[in-house]
Parts: sequence; C-alpha cells; structure tokens
Amino acid sequence: LVYIFNVFFSQNYPLYIRSVPTQNELKFHYTVHTSLDVVEEKISAVGKALGDQRELYLGLLYPTEDYKVYGYVTNSKVKFVIVVDSSNTSLRDNEIRSMFRKLHNSFTDVMCNPFHNPGDTIQSKTFDGIVSGMMVQTA
Amino acid sequence: IHMACQEEKPIIYTMENKPIVTCAGDQGLFTSLYTSLAQQLPREPMEWRRTYGRAPKMIHLEANFVQFKEELLPKEGNKALLTFPFLHIYWTDCCDTEMYKSSVKEDMIRWQNSLRTHGSTDWVIIVVETNDTKKKNKTNILPRSSIVDKIRSDFCNKQSDRCVVLSDPLKDSSRSQESWNSLLLKLRTLLLMSFTKNLGRFEDEMRTLREKRTQPGWSFCEYFMVQEELAFVFEMLQQFEDALVQYDELDALFTQYVLNFGAGDTANWLGSFCAPVRNWSGLLLRRPIDMEKRDGIQRGEASLLDLRSYLFSRQCTLLIFLQRPWEVTQRALELLHNCVQELRLLEVQVLEGALDCWVFLSCLEVLHRIEGCCDPAQLAANCSHTVGLWAYATDKLSLRLLTVDLLAGLGDERPETVNSLQSPYKKLKEALSSVEAFERHYLELSHAAMEMYRAIGRLRSARLVGKSLAEFYMRKGDPERAETFLQEALKSYVSEGWSLPVTHTRRQIAECQKLLDKTEAYLQTSALLAGDVNLTTEERKHFCQEILSFPGKSGDKSHKVTLSMGVFAQLTQLQFHPATASVHSGAVLQVELTLRCLMPVSVRIQQLVASIHFDVDHGGTHGRPKGAQKQPHPGTVVFNQSNSSVGPPSSAVTGPSLELDEIQDRSPSDNSLNSTGVICKNTHLLMRRHDSNSPPDTPNCISPPTVAIKEGAQMLKVQDVILEPGNNSITFTAPSGQPGTYTLRQLCATVGEVQFILPHIYPSVQYEVYSQEPQLTVEPLSEPLLAGLPQKVKFTLLTGHYTVKKGDALQLSNTETMPILPSTSCTAQISKLVGESTLSIQSSEKVTSISLPPAPPYHTLEFQLEVLCIIPSGADRPANERLTNGEVRHRPRSYSHPDTPMTAIDQRMSIDCPWSIYSTLLALTFYIPFKTKHSLLSAGNRKYIQVCVQNVSDVNFTLAEVKLIEKQHASLELQSLNTKTQQLLCCKHSVFCLWEVRWKDDLPSCLQCVFSANFCPLSQDTSAYKPFHYQFQLERVTTLYSVRAEISPPAGEQYCRSGVLCGLEMCITRLTEPAEGEIAEESKTDTDGPKTTKLMYEVADSSSNWAVCGKSSGMVVMPMTASATHRVQIEVMPLFAGHLPFPKIKVLKYLPHTAAVAIQPDTDSCVENDSLSLLDKTLDDQGDTASIRSRGSIHSVGSGDQQQKGAAMPRLEPFSPGQVFNHSHARQVLVLPATDDHIMEVNAT
Repeated sequence: LVYIFNVFFSQNYPLYIRSVPTQNELKFHYTVHTSLDVVEEKISAVGKALGDQRELYLGLLYPTEDYKVYGYVTNSKVKFVIVVDSSNTSLRDNEIRSMFRKLHNSFTDVMCNPFHNPGDTIQSKTFDGIVSGMMVQTA
Repeated sequence: IHMACQEEKPIIYTMENKPIVTCAGDQGLFTSLYTSLAQQLPREPMEWRRTYGRAPKMIHLEANFVQFKEELLPKEGNKALLTFPFLHIYWTDCCDTEMYKSSVKEDMIRWQNSLRTHGSTDWVIIVVETNDTKKKNKTNILPRSSIVDKIRSDFCNKQSDRCVVLSDPLKDSSRSQESWNSLLLKLRTLLLMSFTKNLGRFEDEMRTLREKRTQPGWSFCEYFMVQEELAFVFEMLQQFEDALVQYDELDALFTQYVLNFGAGDTANWLGSFCAPVRNWSGLLLRRPIDMEKRDGIQRGEASLLDLRSYLFSRQCTLLIFLQRPWEVTQRALELLHNCVQELRLLEVQVLEGALDCWVFLSCLEVLHRIEGCCDPAQLAANCSHTVGLWAYATDKLSLRLLTVDLLAGLGDERPETVNSLQSPYKKLKEALSSVEAFERHYLELSHAAMEMYRAIGRLRSARLVGKSLAEFYMRKGDPERAETFLQEALKSYVSEGWSLPVTHTRRQIAECQKLLDKTEAYLQTSALLAGDVNLTTEERKHFCQEILSFPGKSGDKSHKVTLSMGVFAQLTQLQFHPATASVHSGAVLQVELTLRCLMPVSVRIQQLVASIHFDVDHGGTHGRPKGAQKQPHPGTVVFNQSNSSVGPPSSAVTGPSLELDEIQDRSPSDNSLNSTGVICKNTHLLMRRHDSNSPPDTPNCISPPTVAIKEGAQMLKVQDVILEPGNNSITFTAPSGQPGTYTLRQLCATVGEVQFILPHIYPSVQYEVYSQEPQLTVEPLSEPLLAGLPQKVKFTLLTGHYTVKKGDALQLSNTETMPILPSTSCTAQISKLVGESTLSIQSSEKVTSISLPPAPPYHTLEFQLEVLCIIPSGADRPANERLTNGEVRHRPRSYSHPDTPMTAIDQRMSIDCPWSIYSTLLALTFYIPFKTKHSLLSAGNRKYIQVCVQNVSDVNFTLAEVKLIEKQHASLELQSLNTKTQQLLCCKHSVFCLWEVRWKDDLPSCLQCVFSANFCPLSQDTSAYKPFHYQFQLERVTTLYSVRAEISPPAGEQYCRSGVLCGLEMCITRLTEPAEGEIAEESKTDTDGPKTTKLMYEVADSSSNWAVCGKSSGMVVMPMTASATHRVQIEVMPLFAGHLPFPKIKVLKYLPHTAAVAIQPDTDSCVENDSLSLLDKTLDDQGDTASIRSRGSIHSVGSGDQQQKGAAMPRLEPFSPGQVFNHSHARQVLVLPATDDHIMEVNAT
C-alpha cells in the first residue's frame, strides 16, 4: 500500500511530503503536483458558490489508474493532499476525511509553535509521528 | 391492421417498447377506437405511488394494445417483464340481451377463465354504447343499463368498477368526452395498479434471489438478467433514473464481489470472469443494447471486460437519456481505472499492451459518443470533463504497443463504424501498423490533451503531458523540442519549489543540452545538478567533473564560460575586520567572506575576485561607518538566500525579512506627538516577490549572468583557493588607499575556463576609507567649571592624518580674564602608545606655548591644564581689546543659564596649531558661584548700605575680609557693622553685610562703592583665598522729605471705633535745602520767589482695613527749604476692630506739563542692583522695581508714551528709595469694635 501525505502552503510550495514506500517517490511528486490543478479548480468553484462557508474536504480529486488523490483545503488556503493506492479499498471517504481532520489539527499545532516560521518546511517530530501513525494504521 | 403487425414483430428491446395491454372481444369495435385511445391515454399524467417508501412520480402512460391470445399470458416461472401483459380489456358494444346471452357472455367467460388460469386479475370490460345500435334493434331494446348490470352481476363480483361504459365515442359531444375521460382515468388507474402489483411482486422475487447469493450455485449472470429485466421495464416506462439505479446496483454488487475476491473470499461464479483476456476491442456505445455481449452474459461466458463494457454501455445510454453526458465521461474514467485494477486483482492474464489498447479504444469510443450527442460549443465549454479521457488515451498510446502483435485481439471493426472515416478502431489499427502513423497519432493526441488542459487552466497537467511528450522527442532523437517542453515544466517546478521533479527534469534537460552542444547552458545545468542533494553523490560528482574537465574540451582558450555563482557556491556571510568597516586611509581592512560551496568535491579556484565600486566621499562624515552599523552584529553582513536552486519554501516564500522601523509624526509647532507607527523599509523587495515568479537571486539555469567584472577597477582578489564542500572562509585585504566609499559589487570565481559570477551582492556592502583632519578639543575635567577658582581642563588632540613632530607647539593667546596657571608637572598621554611624555609650557606676556611630544597620525594626545576665570566685578572694562593674533577680543558676556541658577560666562580661547594657518577657537563655559545684591537702607537721615552675597553653586565656601569702599569721597566713612571676619557660606545660602554711612558735611547724592571679599572652598586652606569684587553705585541717597501721620479718634472718644470716622493728619516735612541736582530737575519756570516743588500724596489702603472718606489724594506745593512742612487732614474710617496698620501714604513728585523730561537712571544696566530700601518697602509692595515703576506709570497716565512725545501732560514720578522717609510706616492704631455688636461675624478659615 502506498500513501503520500502532503501539506502545501497557499503558494503551492510543498511544506511537507512523506511517502511510503519511497521507491516511486518521483512519480508521486508529479502526481501530487498535477493534482494541485484540480485543487485550485475546486477552490475557485467553491469560492464562487458559497463564499466563506465551505467544506474543507474536497473529496477525490484525481483518480488515476494507480492512485486516488484526495484533497483538503484549510480556510487559510493551506492544501493537504493524500494519495492512496487505487487497490486500497478499505479506505472510504469517511476515513480519508478523518485523516485530513487529524492532519489539520496537527498542522495547526505546528503553526502554533512560536519557533516555527510560517512558510518553512515542517520538521516537527510530533507531526511526523502522527503521519507515521496514520500510515501504519491504514496500511 | 396495426395490431396484427405488432403481433408479428419479434420483441426487441428498444425504446419503442410500451407496456402491453391485450384486447379481447369485438376487434372491429376496438380498431375503430384504437387511434383516439392511443392518443389520449398518455395525454394526462398520473401520479404513481410507489412501494418501499419511494417518492411518488407523475407518469404519462402509454400502452401497446395487442389482440388477446392465450400465448401472451406468461407461463409459470417466466419472469420476463417486458412481454408481460399488464392489463386485459374486453370490448363489446352489445346491447341486445339475446345476443349477449347467446354469444358474448360465453366469450367473456372463456376470456375470464383463461385469465384466471394464469392468475391475472388485471382486467376490465368496456361496453361501448352508440345511438345507432339502439335504432336498429328496437324490439329487443333493453335499457342500456341492463346489459351493463348484467355483465357486472355476471363477472364483476363486487368489483363493479371493472365494467366501464363508453358512450358515443365517435361523437363530438360533451357527453362523449366525459365518458372518454372517465374511461381513460379508469384505464390509467388500472394500469398503475397493475404496475405496482406486478412490479412489486417482481422486485420481491428479485430480492429473494439476491438474498440467495451466498448459496452455492448462485449465478451472478442469472441475477443480472433478472434485475436488468426490471431496468428494462423502468426504461420502458421512461423512468430512466430508476433504470439506472438497477444497473448501478448491479455494478456495485459486482464490484463488491471482486473486492471480496481480493480479500480472499471467492465466489464460484466469478471463475468465468477470470478467463484470460482475448478480446480488447473496447467499449461499444453506439447501440442501445449490445445484444452480443448480453447473450454472452446470459450464457455465462462473458469475460470481466465484456461484463463491464456491457454494464457501462447501458449506463451510458441511460445517462444520455437523462442528458448527463458529463457524468458519462467521469464514470468512463473511473470504469477504465477500475477495470485495470480489477484485472490486476483477479490476476487475469492479459497480453502485454492489450489492456492499453482496450483503454485507448474505450477512451476514444466514449469521446466519440459524447461528441455525437453534444454540439461543439457545449463540448468546448466542458473540456474539463473530457480532458481526462484524452490524457488517459494519450498515456496509453505508448511506443511499447508497437512491439507486440495486438491486432488479433482487436477483432473486426464493428459494423456501425465500418463506413466512418475515423473510428477508434481505425485509428488504433493504423497507429499499430507503422511507427510513422503511430507517431502522428501520438502527437495529435498529446497536443489535443495539452491544449485542452491549457484551455481549462490546468497548467500543471498540461506541463506533465508536455513532459512525456519531451520524453517521446528524446527517444526520437529530437532533443531540441524536448528541451522546450522540459524547460517549461521546470519553470513551474522551480517556482513552486518541488525539488524532486526539479532534479529529475533538470537531469533530462542536461541530457538535451549535452546533445545540443549548448555548452554554457549545459555547464550551468551541470553545476546545478552537482549541487543538488537529491542526486546521489556519484551523479553529483559526475556533473561536477563535467564542469572541471570543461577546459580540456574547449579549444579556444580565450573564451571563458560565464555561469551564475549561485549554482556553485553561495555567499552566506561577510565580515569586516575591524567591524566598523571604516578605516583611515592606508590602514589595514580585512574582509572575510563565507562561501558555502555546493559542489560534492573540493574545487580549486584559480582566482576569486570581488569587484569594487569606488565613490569619492564629498560629504563630511569622516570616520563614521554607514551601512554596517545597522546590522545586529557590527561589521557582519548575513546574506539571505535560498540554499539551492530549488529553494526551500521558507526562503522562497518569505523572501527577505521585514525591516521595520518606528516613525513618529510630530507637530512642527510644539513638537507634540501627532501619530506614531511602524513602517516597512524594504517594501520594494517584498512586493517584488508577488510580481515575478522566479526571484532574481534564485539561480535559474536559463539565465546566465550578463554583467561581467570590469577590467581595471579596484578589486579584492585572492588566488588559488580550494573550496571544500560546505562553508569556506576566505579573507581578502581590502584596498584602502584613497579616502572614499567602497561598495562591493560582484563576486567572480574562476575555475579553469569557467567563471562563476555573482552579479549583485545584496544587501549592499560598503566600507569606508577616510582621511581625518587633526582635531583639538577642550573639555572640563569636572562639571561645572567655577569662575574665580583654579579649574582643570583637558585638552584632547586627535592627530588625524597629521604627524606631530618634535618641536611642534600649541600657541595659546593669553587673556586677562582667564590666565593659564603655571603648573610644575604637566604630562601628556598618547593613546595607542603606552607611556607618557612631559609637556613643557612656556608663558610669555601674550602667549602660552605648549610644546607637544611627537605623535604618529591617527592617535590621541591628551593633557590637562589649570586655568582661572576671573569673575567680572560688574564695573566697566576697556571695551574691545585686541588679541595677539589681531582678533578682536570680545568681552566675555555673562548670561543666565537655564539649567543652573549660576550665571555663566563663555570664555574663548584662541590657539594656533602647527597644522593650520588658522587659529582654533575653543570655548569653555564658567559659572559664577555668587549672586550679589546691594540695597540702601534709611532711618530718618541716617543711611545704611547692605550687601547680600548668595552662594548659588553647589560648593561651600569660606568668606573672609569683607570690605566696602567708597571710591570718590574721602570724607565719607563707611562703618562696618559686621562682626565676623570669616564666615561660612554654604551652598544655596546667603550672607548679609551691613555698613553705616557717615558723613561730615554733606551726604553726596551719588556713591561709588566697591564690595570686596576673599573666598575659598571650605575644604581648602586659607592660602587658596581668591578675591571677589563687586562694584555698584548708589544715587540720590539723601532723605528729602519725612512723612508723619497721626490718627486721632473722633472727638470725645479715647479710641477709634470700627465704623466711626477718625481723623488722619499727615505731615510732610522738607528735611534738606535743595541740592544742585535737585533744582535742575525742577521746574525752571518758577525762577522768582521761594522755590517750590509740587508733591502728590496718596492715601490708599490696599488691605481694606480702612475706608478713606473724601479726597484720598491731593497735590501739595512745598517750598524748597528745610523744615518746610505741609499738613493734610483726611477722614478715614476703620472697617475692623483691632490693631490696624496705618493706611499707606505715598508721596510722589508732580511734574508740571512743561517740565523737562527727567532722565532716570537706567536700572536695566545693573540687574543685581536691586536698590530697594527695606525700611521704605511697603507691606504690599513685595515686588521689585518693576512693579513700582508700573504703578508709577499708572499714575502718570501712560508716561512711557508721553515721555517720547515730549511730555505735554503733567506727570508723576516716584522718588528714589531713601529720598522719602515715612515715620509712620508700619505703625498701628488700636480700633475698638463698634458699640452695637449684636452681630458678631466669625470668619473661620
């Protein structure tokens, strides 16, 4: 099973990328990068329709033969992307949604750290631990 | 006949299907009514209430009316729904009882029986009534109702509604219409009832079947057929939504089975789907129903792809009916992905490339289908829905397909598309047939996909397609086109900080560039890659070597390749030694650079040069460094840069940190704060980020630096440096010859034939070389400097660029007011050189010469001198005396200083220095420790002089040998009334000294006095006494008049009483003969007779003790002879009881209007000379002379102006203190309270 977790800054700079296993990392990066297109599309579509009250979870962005790419956007336009292997059927929408929520909470904690410089890549061990925990849990 | 036709036709599953309704009985009658019936039945919608809580629907009912045959009735176990007759109608127009009994009834019974045997309860009998038939058989006519009643009683057991009458159906009457309507309503109701019942039963059976799916022997295909039957019926009823639900349920069920299989739970029936894939002809969406595949499913022979294809084709058809074509594309993509996954999961054998073909064909088929049902505008607007399929198709069409023989599995082209020029089948077949064709198709598809992505704004996706296109071109050996696509992709990855894709793409670019022989670009890219941490050390070393070995390849030695420094090494820090970054010319200034080398191996640099821009400093800010001081660490500049070509987001996003500063807006008038705030000083840098995607200092492999090092300019230079990976420290010695500002501009490292250039050093780094003039300053050793006492001052000489030679001396012009005290040992300290040297000081009359010890440039020389500032005594001095150098000596002006009560004197010194032809003027401020006042006191004719010395300094003094001398009149004797010879004068305290003036003949009207005393600080012994002088002048000393006043109680009373008038007798007596000066002042017109003078008296009581009744003031004419007396009687009334002070009596000179203007002594010139007689001072006149004068001016009605205009009006002039002596001043009189004192007033405060 393959997962890749990404946290983005609003300018689409990756803040955190983690993928398991690592051998196909490059392909993940390409996939995730392209998925930003859809994320942006969805954000702008939602922005037009509802204004501020919107669902943070963007749902499945990008089905490919091999991966399913899910997206999530915070109100401050920080984007989260989770990529799951297509063959993994145990993960339903709800599970993905709760994973995002967990990621978001953890991300908020990282941002609350007064020593963290917003815009820097995330190097928090706690955040890392939570991501690893999710990977183990779903694997 | 229509009906017969229907009968013959085989039932095909098309949209033309309608629910079947059989017709029995009189066929002729039905035929005549068929058209109206078929037309009118669907006209009105009916509400269909559904079972299982499904929402009711409005439905337009149509029916296929067929002749009743027993074969139409479903046999036991036949689950076909499409052929199921939902309603049976018996038509009759019989109105003849006989006929009914003989034939019709029998026919009906037969009909009913056959229905009953097949369990069908949905029937209705229609009796048609026409007037014509009535007329024909008049004899046997029964009331119309009787036949109907008969039928009802015979057949409709309790169900009377199963028999309906239709009256005059062919007539256009309201009755006919009404009967039609009720018939139609009945038919619709019955049809719906039948649907509900029969479909409900069907669904129940279907569910039962589904529940059995865990049992062995259950077959998905069988079940599929059953549920599809339901879907067909819904489709027939035009309930596409419901029909789609059936297929979706089947889809989900199948998917679940596959997933379960993946989880290890195998179902037997799934085996058939695991057969190797033999056919990859793709989806077929052109037919509503693909019977071929359906048959396969029915026979249980379908493969997974067949089933999926069939299922999807049905879903597609329904979705298009529902006008949701975009859902088709979305579902198609999901389906294709899913199929690939499922085949993998089921481990189905597939020929390599076959699946790609299948996906490719399917993509194109879906796209064709969608294109077929949408107009081009709609299609263009919905690119976002189709682009996925385009891209997928592109992705699948890879060169790999050419290596395998895939034509076999394609089968033959479908008959639908044989005649079309472009079909997916033809395309694929052509592409697979030759490389050229393949490439053509591939490029076509890629470009189409890319265009679409661009059109909908998915630029990243477009670039990814572009990247695979680039890879295609690379394989084709067209690196030039490949590079274009790669560069574009790279730009986006770099700007968004994606390091892995950047590395990957960049490596591909390097490959292209090498092939294209783009030397500079290739080297630049190589340098970037050599410093890329995403690559392995081996790869990095390879690229590093490419740079290092470059010169070997190049034949032309003069040509140097210029690359951006950022890819090779980064300037992280710059440090000045000394940290001020400011040195005097010729001094050593070192610049230490910290370079972070990004190369994986150590690199030898032939030369590292920092070019310098030189500005001659015209401003006068010598020795003050500018830029460097703002840094938190002086002399150190830290460069913020992204640490690699794919900057970490932090630096790329945040950019330079905010430089904030406080601003305060103050009002120009009173300096009060209007507003305060924080401003950002480097907005121009921060804002720039948003405009341009790639920050200028992020080295981009596309832009080599254009600016090169200028030849001949000054520069920092080191040669042969080896840069190790990581931080390296390189020290330069900066040129510091010419004074001015040096700005570091560029950095250039030369490695063989390659130059790495940092075109701009930002933030800008400067250092300053200055040349300093010698400076001489003097400052007090202790604050404040006190005048009158020897004080030490410190001279500081900054030698600047001047070398103090042996024999150089400072020439101080001597001044009287501040002599320089000779001192025995005077030494000078020279900074930077340890040790002291003795100064020799020689004084001549005019000049004090201080010979300096030799001192090198840019050193400090310090020495101390003792000086004495003589306190000015207050007398005039010779006005302007000339200094030795010819300059006019200004009288040191004393002035009051706001910070101290002491009076300050600025003492200037003029010094001639050996390095300049001009004299240096220095100023010292001394403070006079004393404030001295004098006053004249009178007692009748006797006169006293009081001098008050106030110590305003912070030092305690001893005052000794207090003396007062009158300078002009020898006969005058000043008798000291002071007892002590020595007195302590503590700080902020005063000492009063008193002398009585004694004279023999006449008291001179003007006295020139000199007060002198010796003083020394309390701590020092008496030998240090310094003199203190104070000169002053007293004028009009003689007492001219005495004033006496008496208050007498009213007649018969012993004491005054409050509220009762008393008499005030005032007696003014002339005491002396008129003196010379006085006569001159008086009127010159009164020359004859005894000289008189006019006096003005005034009785006023400011403390409201007295009420003056009648005239309170008046003028008296006094003869100017001694003992001349004038008495004045005034009535006054005491207002209070007690010892009341006498009302105040004032005597003033009255000058007639012709009198010449008297010149008053200028009291301004002697501030200290507050000449107020204490005895003359009235109680309320606590004030100074100013207040007296102002009072005087009130009486004289604007005397100031009058005097200027020539004194036309008479005016009043006060006497000088001491000229009038008031005997009754401060006298009191006892006043008793009024007799009637019932009212007592108590004032409590």
